[in-house]
Amino acid sequence: MKHTISVLVENEFGVLSRVAALFSGRGFNIDSLSVAPTNDETISRITLVTRGDDQILEQISKQLNKLIDVIKVIDFTDGSGIEREMALVKVTAEDESRAEVLRIVDIFRAKIIDVTPRSYTIEATGSPAKIDAILELLRPLGLKELVRTGPVAIGRGSKGWKG
Amino acid sequence: MKMNGARILLECLKKEGVDTVFGYPGGTVINIYDELHGFKDIHHILPRHEQAGVHAADGYARATGRVGVAIATSGPGATNTVTGIATAYMDSIPVVIITGQVPTPLIGNDAFQEVDIIGITRPCTKHNFLVRDVNELAGILKKAFYIARSGRPGPVLVDIPKDVQIAQAEFKYPEKVDIRGYKPNLEGHPKQVERAIEMLLGSRKPVVYVGGGVILANAAEELTKLCNMLEVPVTTTLMGLGAYPEDSPNSLRMLGMHGTYYANMAMTNTDVLVAIGARFDDRVTGKLATFAPHAKIIHIDVDPTSIKKNVPVDLPIVGDVKDVLFKMIKEVEAHPDKVKAFKEATKEWHEEIAAWKAKHPLTYKHAANVIKPQYVIEKLRELSDPDAIVATDVGQHQMWTAQFFTFTKPRTLLSSGGLGTMGYGLPAAMGAQAAFPKRQVIVVCGDGGFQMNLQEMATLVQNRLPVKIVILNNNFLGMVRQWQELFFDKRYSQTCMEQPIDFIKLAEAFGAKGFQATKTDEVEDTIKQGFAYDGPVIMEFKIAREEKVLPMVPAGASLNEMVLNA
Repeated sequence: MKHTISVLVENEFGVLSRVAALFSGRGFNIDSLSVAPTNDETISRITLVTRGDDQILEQISKQLNKLIDVIKVIDFTDGSGIEREMALVKVTAEDESRAEVLRIVDIFRAKIIDVTPRSYTIEATGSPAKIDAILELLRPLGLKELVRTGPVAIGRGSKGWKG
Repeated sequence: MKMNGARILLECLKKEGVDTVFGYPGGTVINIYDELHGFKDIHHILPRHEQAGVHAADGYARATGRVGVAIATSGPGATNTVTGIATAYMDSIPVVIITGQVPTPLIGNDAFQEVDIIGITRPCTKHNFLVRDVNELAGILKKAFYIARSGRPGPVLVDIPKDVQIAQAEFKYPEKVDIRGYKPNLEGHPKQVERAIEMLLGSRKPVVYVGGGVILANAAEELTKLCNMLEVPVTTTLMGLGAYPEDSPNSLRMLGMHGTYYANMAMTNTDVLVAIGARFDDRVTGKLATFAPHAKIIHIDVDPTSIKKNVPVDLPIVGDVKDVLFKMIKEVEAHPDKVKAFKEATKEWHEEIAAWKAKHPLTYKHAANVIKPQYVIEKLRELSDPDAIVATDVGQHQMWTAQFFTFTKPRTLLSSGGLGTMGYGLPAAMGAQAAFPKRQVIVVCGDGGFQMNLQEMATLVQNRLPVKIVILNNNFLGMVRQWQELFFDKRYSQTCMEQPIDFIKLAEAFGAKGFQATKTDEVEDTIKQGFAYDGPVIMEFKIAREEKVLPMVPAGASLNEMVLNA
């Protein structure tokens, strides 16, 4: 099962490699990973998507917590978090397909951020499922290049991670 | 008061109560060594190899319970420490390793003797630090010692660039450490302890399974008290040897691949298994699917990652085992009637175990014409001091020592359990002897492992460390040979070390003394002579060449599928 996990870490060099090395060293898989500082500049937030059964996820969570630089580990799998991802998509857009691309962009509330006579570059944000859906429609038109950030996640409700 | 980084380092070590360090000088630590010159509070021992320096610090830590300290220069000095660090990491030994690093402006430029030791040691340290500013040095060292010794202990590496050692700063050693991501849970939950005792007292076939965590937590006394109060059978891992006296009638001695028949049969038949400071290593469990098939498992460990890692656990208790055992004793004391009933109810179980003990005791066939290694170990026990410290290398001799020495006190066996590091024994014994100059320190080696770090003979002689080196010489890499015999149709590929070595001359070349026994009736005299000699000594025993360590659970087999005679 897929899990989206937030890891709050000390904003120090080498922390990301500690986290990544933990996954590779113990044979856990990372589907996606994004990292950036938070509102507290001493803390960075890593959002990663991984998969495994309950036993593996328990180990992942415990092993992450064991790292000295890890402050908190939050698993959003129970629906307690909101996930958003961004994709940049360069799609072939010539002749009649240009209008089709524009329609799709409009439906998904995405943006055209670069135009050439032969292509559009689209910025799309939303849940990973939404990104999958727009890509499914664009793919037959000819995808030239695709960049996805992987999801970032935040807890629902008024509480911050400290409670 | 302002001082340079090198001096700050030494002052920090002093504040941590460090009296002995094992280190090797080099270009990027020359400033530390300059400050060390004439620094009276720290005794420095110069090993002949950085790997041995870390093993020595590790042996010092295992024998004393304090943090061992090793110093190495950058590049090759630092990489040479890696085996020592990984050894300490696998066995949770508190060691602080100080490495020099090229000056900060040169880091990342492939400078002479530069290596990313932080990156290299990340997977085998509890934590590591690169010091970028001399003003952070004291705080980082305080954290390093705190992390190394607290919670589940482990090695911590501090990499100090040369310019940081030279730069000046105000020396102020922090009183306290606060690391927001590191708060080890030391106190066992009282409700869980209550449940554990209830479960244990409700059992009919209990077994307590003890690992090195009990020794690391200095909890051997509490363990012994609890187990004696309940008269419960106790088995230990290799790392747990000495946590519970093996001469006690309740002792099942060591379990696992080369454990006793009765310990493994007890594990297979137990209904409540209490694992304390142990991690269900594959050398202990054998085939996981058939491990303790009838047992409810209670697992006590300070490290939550150890719990449920290998086996499902019915009742986890996270906490310092000393604290948990103390609470368990109190809980038992509060229920004398239940304890009485428990003892009555487990009588049959004790009888069953006694039958297994009688059926297949730990034994070997004595021989008059050829020296049996087990006999050497038995004689060593008989003739050594009661508080002797025994280090081992890794292989057959290690298992024979574990089986036949009879350990009764904690911190008297130093052995590389998790990593299985050949070459560990001699330098580890050196570290223990440095910590306890007056105690008898013995290292039992095979001829293979001894040759991996034999250069430390020079360190022993130079520092007047009278380590008694026992070499069980079968001219084989014995354990691999044993596997080749049993599982590879006696195809002894590259395990034969026929090149004759005159170990007596070798000892003399280093300025030590050597004795040799080739016949069984020479064993006792050789040991007596070796123990009587005032200084480091090699005692070489030419043992039966194809003697095997038995019993044995073949890799991947169940614990009750032991090979008893092969």
